[in-house]
Amino acid sequence: MFFMKLKKSVAISENGFVFNASRGDSFSTNPTGTRILDWLREGKTDTEMKTLLLEKYEIDEATCEKDLYDFIKMLNQQNLIEA
Amino acid sequence: METLQKLKYERPVIKQLNAGVTTKFGAQTGFIPHTHIDGLAVKDLTARFGSPLFVISERTIRQTYQEAYNAFANRYPNVQFAWSYKTNYMNAVCRVFHQEGSWAEVVSRFEYEKALGNGVPGDKIIFNGPDKTADDHRVAVLNNSPIHIDHFDELYGLMEVSTKLGKRPKVAIRVNMDTGVQPMWDRFGFNYENGQAWDAITKIIQTDKMDLVGLHCHVGTFMLATSAYAVAASKMADLALNIKRQFGLDIQYLDMGGGFASKNTLKGAYLSGTDITPSFHDYAEQICTTLIKAGFRSEELPLLILETGRALIDDAGYLLGTVLANKRLSDGRRATIMDFGVNLLFTSFWYEHAVSPAQDCSQYAEDAILYGPLCMNIDVVRENVKLPPLNKGDQMVVHRVGAYNMTQWMQFISLRPNIVLIDLDGQPHLIRKHETVEDLTQLESTPAHLESFDL
Repeated sequence: MFFMKLKKSVAISENGFVFNASRGDSFSTNPTGTRILDWLREGKTDTEMKTLLLEKYEIDEATCEKDLYDFIKMLNQQNLIEA
Repeated sequence: METLQKLKYERPVIKQLNAGVTTKFGAQTGFIPHTHIDGLAVKDLTARFGSPLFVISERTIRQTYQEAYNAFANRYPNVQFAWSYKTNYMNAVCRVFHQEGSWAEVVSRFEYEKALGNGVPGDKIIFNGPDKTADDHRVAVLNNSPIHIDHFDELYGLMEVSTKLGKRPKVAIRVNMDTGVQPMWDRFGFNYENGQAWDAITKIIQTDKMDLVGLHCHVGTFMLATSAYAVAASKMADLALNIKRQFGLDIQYLDMGGGFASKNTLKGAYLSGTDITPSFHDYAEQICTTLIKAGFRSEELPLLILETGRALIDDAGYLLGTVLANKRLSDGRRATIMDFGVNLLFTSFWYEHAVSPAQDCSQYAEDAILYGPLCMNIDVVRENVKLPPLNKGDQMVVHRVGAYNMTQWMQFISLRPNIVLIDLDGQPHLIRKHETVEDLTQLESTPAHLESFDL
């Protein structure tokens, strides 16, 4: 289980516009991505997020785990989270 | 008890927004899934015939052919197309063109035999190319096929063969020329500007062992400048009129070859192929207008032969494939691995092929690189493409693959897949079976001393 925290400087709009004020970077994300960012903001762990995704979406566990891993890696690469 | 309906899942994606230099294209607004081909669902086709799968639309072939034929026939009284076998020599494809009225244009004995096997009469098989053996000449002469001579060695060789046979072959010479387009194609045929073409013509007529029935040129490939065809037509007409003046001989046909571009986008092109590719009317206008104004008496206008291949078949071909995997490269770019690669899609070396998802997809796009399945670094189908999130097992459609792929494909690392033709009634027909290991190994033989080993 990993704890990741969305950086304080990151603002997320409801329609998926993401802005990192500390670097001036902006991003767009899809509804699934927006939801994960919200959960990260709330301090959820990867295990909790996986459970939530499986509850809410038509998705198998393996795909869910792979995609969540990939998304978190991308957030890390874009300097949006701190592990 | 109320059941909670689960939401449709879409893979989470995030993309950095870059405020780059604006272009006239604006932002891409989304993807249109290509779920059906001629009324048949992609998923049904792959379920029945496997993935990857080449699919050819007979309807598109016929429509494209008729569009091309009409563009020329409405401008010129005497037009004949000859199907370029090297572009796609699947028998079913060739026969669609032959049913439409095309002769055959071949560049090897192998293709020549294919055309004969398809039932094309020998005198309607144009034999082009630099590779013809004495035996190839013998067969072509006996079948009364028009032989297009590429070089002096061929000219002398053919004279020898025809003397032995006691027959007069029907010949044309291939002429190369400066049409104002670089690079100039001068490796095939006899040059117009330096007089070599005229020397060859004189030799053929004066030795009186062959009947010079035509003149042939092929000024380039994927020609986006239609003006080159006007220059070529003018020089061909000049040769034909000079032959009439000097030798009193009527040239029966002028074969303007092919080289018309398809709507594919060439690598490095600024504009997409769909925006810049000339229409058949553009090519026809240049060629036909030039010939009609060249000075032939109207009853002596030679037959105009066209050998265009790519522009007639590219749109009719699709390659269906399946996502094998997604991964991230070191720079964060997404890499999607498909079950087809450059082994099947040879043209991905020079085109940025249009690719579409074959199922409903998100409008969120990621920059991606599209890889094939080969364990080879060169196996890149698209180096930079915006793709919606795709999952393992999702299907994709590659567009405009009808030309050259089914003839230049390689049995490299993996075997070649099925090809299906969808007829005018929307019925799929398997026109080439996927290869098996046995198909290939039956051609091999193992020396006795290598038959066994201990490991």
